[in-house]
Amino acid sequence: MTALSPLARIEVEQSQMRYVLYGIPLLVAVAIGAFFYFGLGGNPRNLPSAFIDKPAPAFNLVALPGRTLGPHGDPGGLSTADLKVGKPVIVNVWASWCIPCVAEHPLVDRLATKEGYTVHGINYADKAGDGAGWLKRLGDPYAKVGFDIDRKAGIEWGVYGVPETFIVDGEGIVRFKHAGALTPDLLEKTILPLLKELQ
Amino acid sequence: MTAELGHFALVAAFVLAAVQMSVPLWGAAKGDLGLMELARTTAIGQFLLIILSFAALVNAFVVSDFSVLNVVQNSHSTKPLLYKISGAWGNHEGSLLLWVLILALFGAMVAAFGRNLPPSLRARTLSVQAMIAFGFMAFMIFTSNPFDRSLPAPADGQGLNPLLQDPGLAFHPPFLYFGYVGLSIAFSFAVAALIEGKVDAAWACWVRPWTLAAWCGLTVGIGLGSWWAYYELGWGGFWFWDPVENASFIPWLCATALLHSAIVVEKRDALKSWTILLAIIAFSMSLLGTFLVRSGVLTSVHAFATDPERGVFILALLGVAIGGSLTLYAIRAPALQAGGLFQPISREGGLLLNNLFLSAAAGTVLLGTLYPLFLDVLDAGKVSVGPPYFNATFGPLMAPVLVAMVIGPFLSWKRADLGHALIRLWMALAAAAIAIALVLIYSGVKGVLPALGVGAAVWIIVGTLVEFADRIKLGRAPLGESVRRLRRQPRSAYGMTTAHIGVGLVVAGVLGATVFKTESIQVMRPGDTVVVAGYGFTLDRVEDIRGANYVAERAVFRLSSDGVEFAAVNAERRNYPVERQQTTEAGIHTTWFADLYAVVGEGDSRNGWTTRIYHNPLVPWIWLGTIVMAIGGAISLTDRRLRIGAPTTRRAKGAASNDGPVPAGAD
Repeated sequence: MTALSPLARIEVEQSQMRYVLYGIPLLVAVAIGAFFYFGLGGNPRNLPSAFIDKPAPAFNLVALPGRTLGPHGDPGGLSTADLKVGKPVIVNVWASWCIPCVAEHPLVDRLATKEGYTVHGINYADKAGDGAGWLKRLGDPYAKVGFDIDRKAGIEWGVYGVPETFIVDGEGIVRFKHAGALTPDLLEKTILPLLKELQ
Repeated sequence: MTAELGHFALVAAFVLAAVQMSVPLWGAAKGDLGLMELARTTAIGQFLLIILSFAALVNAFVVSDFSVLNVVQNSHSTKPLLYKISGAWGNHEGSLLLWVLILALFGAMVAAFGRNLPPSLRARTLSVQAMIAFGFMAFMIFTSNPFDRSLPAPADGQGLNPLLQDPGLAFHPPFLYFGYVGLSIAFSFAVAALIEGKVDAAWACWVRPWTLAAWCGLTVGIGLGSWWAYYELGWGGFWFWDPVENASFIPWLCATALLHSAIVVEKRDALKSWTILLAIIAFSMSLLGTFLVRSGVLTSVHAFATDPERGVFILALLGVAIGGSLTLYAIRAPALQAGGLFQPISREGGLLLNNLFLSAAAGTVLLGTLYPLFLDVLDAGKVSVGPPYFNATFGPLMAPVLVAMVIGPFLSWKRADLGHALIRLWMALAAAAIAIALVLIYSGVKGVLPALGVGAAVWIIVGTLVEFADRIKLGRAPLGESVRRLRRQPRSAYGMTTAHIGVGLVVAGVLGATVFKTESIQVMRPGDTVVVAGYGFTLDRVEDIRGANYVAERAVFRLSSDGVEFAAVNAERRNYPVERQQTTEAGIHTTWFADLYAVVGEGDSRNGWTTRIYHNPLVPWIWLGTIVMAIGGAISLTDRRLRIGAPTTRRAKGAASNDGPVPAGAD
């Protein structure tokens, strides 16, 4: 290299730079690929087992504004105290902009209406009015619905996406979590037996 | 027996792909024409075998052959014929077969119509195409065989997700895949060019029609998907920024950028390594989408049955395809000679701007889609990224593109005069200004952003028409001269004008759907009337009806304007007993300038029914615009030059000259 004139050295450096530059797409792709590889390791549908068998997180939400109460409706806000009532309760996190929530809605309704359990809702990251309108349109099976506009309660609950469903036992301990829409299969094979056991 | 025939054909195609990916490549390296020609024969043979395989699967669905596991899981004997057929690709295994079918279709088209290609480039392109096919067929044969038997055969199947039983969604996957997978050919051309170490104007000219065809399919596919969401999900929305929607939208943004940058390569021999990179990235994004849908790394309404083992297999495929091509790019691209230089204000500059912002938008959508996964893997917390993020980032990134797409065609190559271009666009500027003023007066200062949006739509539509009028010297030359020029315009010029007008229509429709809609939710009993945006919606009756495989409550609304009835719409809530699911069907009456949209919810005759009524101005234009865009692409595709494949290089002129038709492809 000492034999090169300063100008030539700059040229060599520039061409090396060029190779680095053209390698950037590859590096980015490798980095994304690594994330995918580790992302595959855990199944996102049952990831945060951290909550299972622990007391429900502390939170306090105002009631969903503009809500027209359904047959099981309770106008108050939703807080940790509502989850320690001597019988199991279901907490369903939903949003009006979420399509799977529409798909699972009949099953939430079934838990409340046909099976007779208490289902509380957390309206997550929604605009005021949108959630109430959504309930009005699809039916409102919930007892209390907390309005989590700033997603704080969602963070406490480790919400990964909507919908998510938790089951809290009579002592206020989280016993089950499901990320994603409920399915008839899940309801019959896992949720209803668990609820029966906790009753 | 037909299932075994289909399976056998698939394995035979797999073997042919193995030949196609190796022998012609070797032939191209040795310069052996005979071995190179083998690529064409095997490509067409592979396509025919996969057609046979696909036909066998569709047949199993049509005749309800419940000895095939896939049919059991996704079909039912009472399902209408259309959905029996579409059920064949409404599941993981069948959709993969469709994927491979379209991959082979594009390979066969290059083999059949690519006569003008140099033999070595054609052989290498088809070899790369076969490598992709080989990987995916291995995936099917080893982990996702659509022809697996289920013995003893059950009496009936489990049905298909009712949300998918819809004409819009029956045709959505074939179009989407045509675009999605069609981008593979641009990828194969790019990798072949990197192997050859040569990218020139001719290369760009060959790769463009294939990209254009794929782009048209993708445009229609995305449009159909959003149309379906609009009338089936029942809340008047048309786009949800769902990970899987994004997975089809990112390749669309990349393909749009690619179409435009390839013009620069063809005309000016510049942006070569960038265009190659775009071609690789566009298809990589298609592969990524396939991975996201099937691996379960992201939760989505569209996700197929998730299986980590399958995820690892696809990830390995992605690693080889994307990692391999980008490694080749890192080695070969630095040696590509940079071509013609240009000033920032020039046709090239405009197209580069388009590329920068489209890629940035694609990157932004990608980031939003993957961000929850990134944080999750880093254990940095769990988030979900919703529409607010996308609305806040995507809109501002698209705004410069919308402004520039009108000015760009007025700029000359190499160096142009912006002021001159704007003067020629005075009519569009004036129209946009009037539109903005009107919206501000009508909706007040709150409507600044919507007003700018309306201004953009008017600007695009009027500006594009002005540009076309300018091309044919309408009003500046005798009418006869203009007519002569009109007839002399290349098809690609018509194509560009059409497609750009389509963009303007979509912008207007999106604004109507998001900003100007009126919504009313209430409980109605038969005989009640609700007035929304001046239209009366009278609930006439609610009746129980029975469809082929569902029962439904159908609400009949009579629509009136100033007391005069002019139409009736039916809104339904369907219940599918086999699948135990409910769907809504919105009742929609379109005036072409607005949709009158009604949905019926829970209720009974005693308490009345919850109804949701929308007035959605301009919304039909979203889909009209999408179709217009695709038609523009199709017109451009018929351009003589693209069929013959002879590139036209433009010598740059000093200033924005307006003599002669501005040539140029669909730029």
